Amino acid sequence: MNKKLANFNWRKILIPIFSIISAFIIGAIIIAASGKNPLDAFSALFSGIFGNTYYIGEWLFRSVPIILTGLAVAFAFRTGLFNIGAPGQLAMGGLTAVVIGIFVQLPWFFHMPLMIIGGGLAGFLWGLIPGILKARYRVHEVVVSIMLNYTALYFVNYAILKFIPNPTNPAQSAAMQPSATLNVPGITELVAAIFPNSRLNFGFLIAIAACIIFAFIINKTSFGYELRAVGLNPSAAEYAGMKVNRNIALSMAIAGAFAGIAGAIYMTSLGKIDVEQGLTGYYLLGFDGIAVALLGNSTGVGVFLSALLLGGLKAGAASMQAFAQVPAEIVEIMSSLILLFVASGYFFERILDKRAIKKLHKIRQQKVEVSE
Amino acid sequence: MEYVIEMLDIRKEFGGFVANDDITLQLRPQEIHALLGENGAGKSTLMSVLFGLYSPDGGEIRVRGEKVNITNPNLANELGIGMVHQHFKLIHNFTVTENIILGMEKTKKGQIDLKSAAQEIAALSEKYNLNVDPNAKIEDISVGMQQRVEILKMLYRHAEILIFDEPTAVLTPQEIEELMQIMKRLVAEGKSIILITHKLAEIKEVADRCTVIRRGKYIDTVNVGEVNENELAALMVGREVSFVVDKGPATPGADVLKIEHLTVKDSRGLKVVNDLKLSVREGEILGIAGIDGNGQEELVEAIAGLRKIESGKIELLGTDLTKMPIRKRTQTGIGHIPADRHKHGLVLDFLLSENMVLQNYYEAPYSKTGILNQKAITDYSERLTAEFDVRSAHGIKSSARSMSGGNQQKAIIAREVDRSPKFLIASQPTRGLDVGAIEFIHSKLIEERDKNRAVLLISFELDEVLNVSDRIAVICEGKIVAVLDADKTNEKELGYLMAGGKYEGGMTHE
Ligand SMILES: Nc1ncnc2c1ncn2[C@@H]1O[C@H](COP(=O)(O)OP(=O)(O)O)[C@@H](O)[C@H]1O
Ligand SMILES: [Mg+2]
Repeated sequence: MNKKLANFNWRKILIPIFSIISAFIIGAIIIAASGKNPLDAFSALFSGIFGNTYYIGEWLFRSVPIILTGLAVAFAFRTGLFNIGAPGQLAMGGLTAVVIGIFVQLPWFFHMPLMIIGGGLAGFLWGLIPGILKARYRVHEVVVSIMLNYTALYFVNYAILKFIPNPTNPAQSAAMQPSATLNVPGITELVAAIFPNSRLNFGFLIAIAACIIFAFIINKTSFGYELRAVGLNPSAAEYAGMKVNRNIALSMAIAGAFAGIAGAIYMTSLGKIDVEQGLTGYYLLGFDGIAVALLGNSTGVGVFLSALLLGGLKAGAASMQAFAQVPAEIVEIMSSLILLFVASGYFFERILDKRAIKKLHKIRQQKVEVSE
Repeated sequence: MEYVIEMLDIRKEFGGFVANDDITLQLRPQEIHALLGENGAGKSTLMSVLFGLYSPDGGEIRVRGEKVNITNPNLANELGIGMVHQHFKLIHNFTVTENIILGMEKTKKGQIDLKSAAQEIAALSEKYNLNVDPNAKIEDISVGMQQRVEILKMLYRHAEILIFDEPTAVLTPQEIEELMQIMKRLVAEGKSIILITHKLAEIKEVADRCTVIRRGKYIDTVNVGEVNENELAALMVGREVSFVVDKGPATPGADVLKIEHLTVKDSRGLKVVNDLKLSVREGEILGIAGIDGNGQEELVEAIAGLRKIESGKIELLGTDLTKMPIRKRTQTGIGHIPADRHKHGLVLDFLLSENMVLQNYYEAPYSKTGILNQKAITDYSERLTAEFDVRSAHGIKSSARSMSGGNQQKAIIAREVDRSPKFLIASQPTRGLDVGAIEFIHSKLIEERDKNRAVLLISFELDEVLNVSDRIAVICEGKIVAVLDADKTNEKELGYLMAGGKYEGGMTHE
């Protein structure tokens, strides 16, 4: 069989699938080792994902922020950058949206777009900082982004307490205006009819649109062409007269905008910001984006599908805990395993090789007489 | 057993494209066996099959008479097969020793035993006269030395069958001579070698037998002693090849490029182009002759805009380029065939079609209001690849990485020449290419000249400079030390000037 080429596209899909299956197997082993029945656990998990329309709605709802943070990481990947700053960008985007939601009074059809755009812009600016530092001074974007994550998270907590405190609950921000929602007349009713009681809202459509915009920019525009060229070979990009540094800075900023929108949708859906949920909550959402981007091979469709997978696991975890008495954390282990396997995909090949090596070893030992 | 390696009727297809069409190659113990073929003939593919990078679609491989199934490079290593790839696979900030032991580190009390590894490597280096310092960092040693590290890597793994994929393409003449000696030494010590090369003189010098393939098909295996270079070339290309460049006299006109008092520093901050003066006229090819490292590379980069100019001036058709951004220079009329086609010339993971528009993707008709026009890009790439005979497995939808070096180079040349630049820089345009491709590229450069454009040719091959150029500027220590008419000089005089002879000014190092 024609290996390299025929497998070329296959490998991209096979490795994720292989990884997912392996993660489930190991998950099953761990569950079994703790004395529970893996089949019960998984059936509870799956019925918690699509057991009824409420669960499906919740599953899609939970996937929204990770679709967007996935895009935030994937966009930077395509330019050769590692955006580990999604948590910070998300927090800043969310804060901005909430501030707009509290202080600005507008009809909903202006208010919602303003919050989304505001959140995107905040993420854009927050991403621009590591972008510029990388472009100008070659400071590694990972280092800067990690520090900016903490800066953003503590700043958000400070801002809640200082500027938008909730008089009755010190751990939360004030409530937003009634117009500051993701309810769109018609769509909200439709969703309520199909997925009763779930929190699914207009944000899901925004996330789908973001995936399409992502794919469009990367594949169809001359700007996307430049970004890819810079990511794949900065020297050739420079040779061709592209502004490599400008593209690096812009790419981080646009990546940040995706995360900022994630924050805006997330906070607006909840109606407020929670101080307690802060740190770990945003970190999980931001870092899930890394997993999603890797698993989805940094393409629009790939990110969408992987986010649904990870979102599903998270959504089903609660049912698993409730009905099969298996701790929800097992899901975190499984999603980490998926990521680990994808990242080390070649590992699978190695295992297969080992056996063949031994067999050939003895041929090596045979002598060749020099015939002359 | 008469053969250490037998590749019998090997077939390899890439999605319908036949890269190896039932090729047979048999390697005798302790012989140097040349594998000759044009760029894209399928040589690297054949060797990748042997090395386990590709699995064949047909045929069989025998190692020491035993039929084997080599499905990956680790198995090849186990069988004693080693390969020096066309592009080295070394980690630049690791030392020689670290690179060599990578993947088979020996440990002592849980720690990597670098010391005894270094000793072993030093001993090997000594045995084969390689002169490699086991503790040097890769980034600090020359390309020729890096190649020896690759050789040591094979020897350290006890390889008996050594494959060299176009090893001389990246070497200077001196280094090539040394490599030939090393190969003879290796064979004398019991190794067997498959040598891929286009350079017929090298085959004549070291090889015992030679297998010729053409467009994926097996042509013949000959005893090198019984054929001459012309016969080898004809076998390879399938027709008679003229080794003389066929060109009429130049009719040069006004200056197109004018350089005055140009000073440029290299990456270490040394002034490698020093108060240089040069002009290139329309309708001529000006060749630059010089020993590698005398400022050629930096000169080209300064003209193209890839390197900062310390002082001095570069003018193109009266426009000052000195501070102009790269894109603007390109638009003003510079075409640039870069010396390093993988670093600058191509985005290897782009498709061929995407690479074809690297210089003009942003302009109509390839983009309109920022949106790429796939059809225009496709049509344009189809036309260029047809016109310049760029061959690849899947046409313009091949990834540039999958193409052979010669076809990659033709693609770059097509892209740069088709924009009709008034000034064309051709930096090492034929490095690593076969005689057929070289002939083609030379004729393209001359065609440009005859369209009254100015061409600057930089090459380490004196033959090429002498045959293709109309005038020759000799560069030495960052200065042009002489400008000569190509038909009034010869290799000897150039060599003398290049080495700093005749020039009586102060030859001080900066
Ligand atoms: N992985 C690949 N996928 C598709 N086509 C390939 C691949 N590798 C090589 N080819 C094609 O096969 C032909 C032979 O290439 P190669 O063996 O590299 O030639 P060369 O004789 O110059 O070493 C070329 O036309 C090249 O484009
Ligand atoms: Mg090759």
